[in-house]
Amino acid sequence: MLRFLAQRVGSLIGSLLVASLVIFLVIEVVPGDPAAVMLGVNARPDTIAALRAELGLDGSAVSRYLSWVAGMLQGDFGVSYTYRTPVAEMIADRLWVSVPLALYALCLTVAIAIPAGLLAASRRGRMGDYGVIGVTQIGIAVPNFWFAMILILIFAINLRWFSAGGFPGWDEGIGAGLRALTLPAIALALPQAAILTRVMRSALVDVLGEDFMRTARAKGLSQSAAIWRHGLRNGLIPVLTIIGLQFAFLLAGGIIIEQVFALPGLGRLIFQAISQRDLIVVESVVMLLVFAVILTNFLVDLAYAVVDPRLRKHP
Amino acid sequence: MTRGFFACSAVTLFFSVPALASKLTIAVQLEPPHLDPTSAAAGAIDDVTYANIFESLTRFAEDGTIVPSLAESWDVSEDGLTYRFNLREGVTFHDGTSMDAEDVKFSLDRARGDDSTNAQKGLFAGIAAVNVIDPRTVEVTLSETDGNFLFNMAWGDAAIVAPESIDTIKTNPVGTGAFKFSEWVQGDRVELVRNEDYWGEPAALEAATFRFISDPTAAFSAMMAGDLDAFAAFPAPENLIQFEADERYKVLIGSTEGETVLSTNNKKPPLDDIRVRQAIAHAINRQEIIDGAQFGYGTPIGTHFAPHNPAYLDLTGNSPHDPEKARALLAEAGHGDGLTLSLKLPPPSYARRGGEIIAAQLREVGIDTEITNLEWAQWLEEVFRSKDYDLSIVAHTEPMDIGIYANPDYYFQYDNPRLQEVMSTLRGTTDPDRRRDLLQQAQTIVSEDYVNGFLFQQPRLTVAKKGVQGLWANAPTQAVDLTGVSWSD
Repeated sequence: MLRFLAQRVGSLIGSLLVASLVIFLVIEVVPGDPAAVMLGVNARPDTIAALRAELGLDGSAVSRYLSWVAGMLQGDFGVSYTYRTPVAEMIADRLWVSVPLALYALCLTVAIAIPAGLLAASRRGRMGDYGVIGVTQIGIAVPNFWFAMILILIFAINLRWFSAGGFPGWDEGIGAGLRALTLPAIALALPQAAILTRVMRSALVDVLGEDFMRTARAKGLSQSAAIWRHGLRNGLIPVLTIIGLQFAFLLAGGIIIEQVFALPGLGRLIFQAISQRDLIVVESVVMLLVFAVILTNFLVDLAYAVVDPRLRKHP
Repeated sequence: MTRGFFACSAVTLFFSVPALASKLTIAVQLEPPHLDPTSAAAGAIDDVTYANIFESLTRFAEDGTIVPSLAESWDVSEDGLTYRFNLREGVTFHDGTSMDAEDVKFSLDRARGDDSTNAQKGLFAGIAAVNVIDPRTVEVTLSETDGNFLFNMAWGDAAIVAPESIDTIKTNPVGTGAFKFSEWVQGDRVELVRNEDYWGEPAALEAATFRFISDPTAAFSAMMAGDLDAFAAFPAPENLIQFEADERYKVLIGSTEGETVLSTNNKKPPLDDIRVRQAIAHAINRQEIIDGAQFGYGTPIGTHFAPHNPAYLDLTGNSPHDPEKARALLAEAGHGDGLTLSLKLPPPSYARRGGEIIAAQLREVGIDTEITNLEWAQWLEEVFRSKDYDLSIVAHTEPMDIGIYANPDYYFQYDNPRLQEVMSTLRGTTDPDRRRDLLQQAQTIVSEDYVNGFLFQQPRLTVAKKGVQGLWANAPTQAVDLTGVSWSD
């Protein structure tokens, strides 16, 4: 187990280093001077030079890379060029929207997908199964921003149950915050739920064909009790993999949904930062997302080991 | 020469209805990067701060005229070089400190200093010295007469700030305006509250919230769902008709200082040939562009000047849509068998949609275009700074900016000593009739030289709930002035 852990931690650190270098290099070659963008078309060259010096943009690329990485190791992500506030604070503010949104959407995804997958698998080849397959087909085909617009049209514009966007902040109470995240979370969750339902169904269908399931039935367990006690646990490995991928996707991939609902999350931050050439913010947010994806994979690996003891011995 | 004004300006005209305690939520498209109008070009900063939080010596009224603000009157010396500003009495900053002549000196010296990061430093370039006479009098000496000086001092970039609060101005702006900054939830909104100690007529609104919604579809939904009371510079002109038809809303259509032009690289062959530029001008059908790219909102222009300005000349007659003439001019210039030009487009939809339409119109007369879509940062680098382009489409939004044509290094690369002379005479002229005459000369020269393709003036589109009154329809500068806004019963 220890060797397994050490290996995984080693590859985690290696991936992060490579990622930081790639991110920095890509952003270095993107054209556009942050100071010129901020000062606009009437700025004089000496004003732009003064701002470049103030922002610390006049150093060499190597020294800027090293100071960025060294800063991050100490938890210091630098100061945003445009907002002039510490990047760490900005990211922390945005995480308070993006992480709850991703978790909320993930909960909805699981809450829809597990029962739907169970239903389809246990009714395999019958009406219930076809119904679930048909609905998930639509769910996979339709993009989440379209769901978002339909939800806004129905629940915000016509029924007025929810506001069409924006986020009041958690200071206004957990209820108000969750309310503002409900439509976005549903829009994010529906396509993911469709995917997860299909994975769940096929995983269970595979398990149902195994010898131990026949044994369980032979022992006198009903179909549903057999699935519940023996099938679910064994079908869970592929489902966990997908959930891990989905969480990373929900965290990083909310850009469009955050635009549609005008939510102050990470996606919108990075979108604005790119167009304003707030490079330090772009670098740090991308790095954070890479870290989140790598960390999620790491946790999923560990979760496999918990679910399936064989993986602990032969990683 | 003495000019005096007193405080009964356009600002106070809206207060015929007794003020009810009330709140307003208004959205604009872009979030300001920070809240210091004196150190960035972002118009979004002025949207929130102009007149609401910060004030300057003078200010723009809704019709674009210059009226007194923190200076209640001023005297100009005989030679036009010295301006003595008489400041208002009893003006305090939001932190309770008083606003006096020292603050004015500090603000102007900071803007023109060596390490200034003021995006409009040019506005202050003519200032030779700022002297404090007494706490309520400040004297500004210019190095040469500048007929634009009072106009320059009305910009948001010339806001009067206090040395005590300058270090935190970007996140906690402290001004003298009718609203105080309250809270900024980054990515979502800025909240303002009424300044109870305001020197002038207090605002009718108790509190105001600026929300930032960049996506046009989200803007439409938020307005329709009733989340917002108003949206200034509404980004989805295609949806205005729905608001016009809905009795809950009203639509305000005003003018701006944004001249949308087909920017042309005047030094790059074959565009250095006036016949080619004239051919392009005749190939363009302005109404088609306004209908196609702007859903019909916009005023055709024939030169680089705002049609609402009293000195405006309608010169669209210099370049009517005439493909035959365009083809003949091209043939005369030796391009009868066609021509290929680059067309580099920044992100706004007027440029992207307008670019496609112009490309089709140019193809009609035998000019092919290679369209490249650029982000703003790339546009600034490639087109504006490196001048690596043939054609581009941009709205030039600074007020009264025809002076850019007198700068041969500007990205149009237009170098005409006659125009440069007119503009330099204009700077030294304060007589209104003479100024008007010079401005019209400048408009004519620019139009007859076909420097750029002159397309249309950007409209200002505002959507509001029926009960909201006092919002500016026009935008003589980038501003969402809430000081005169109130709710009707």
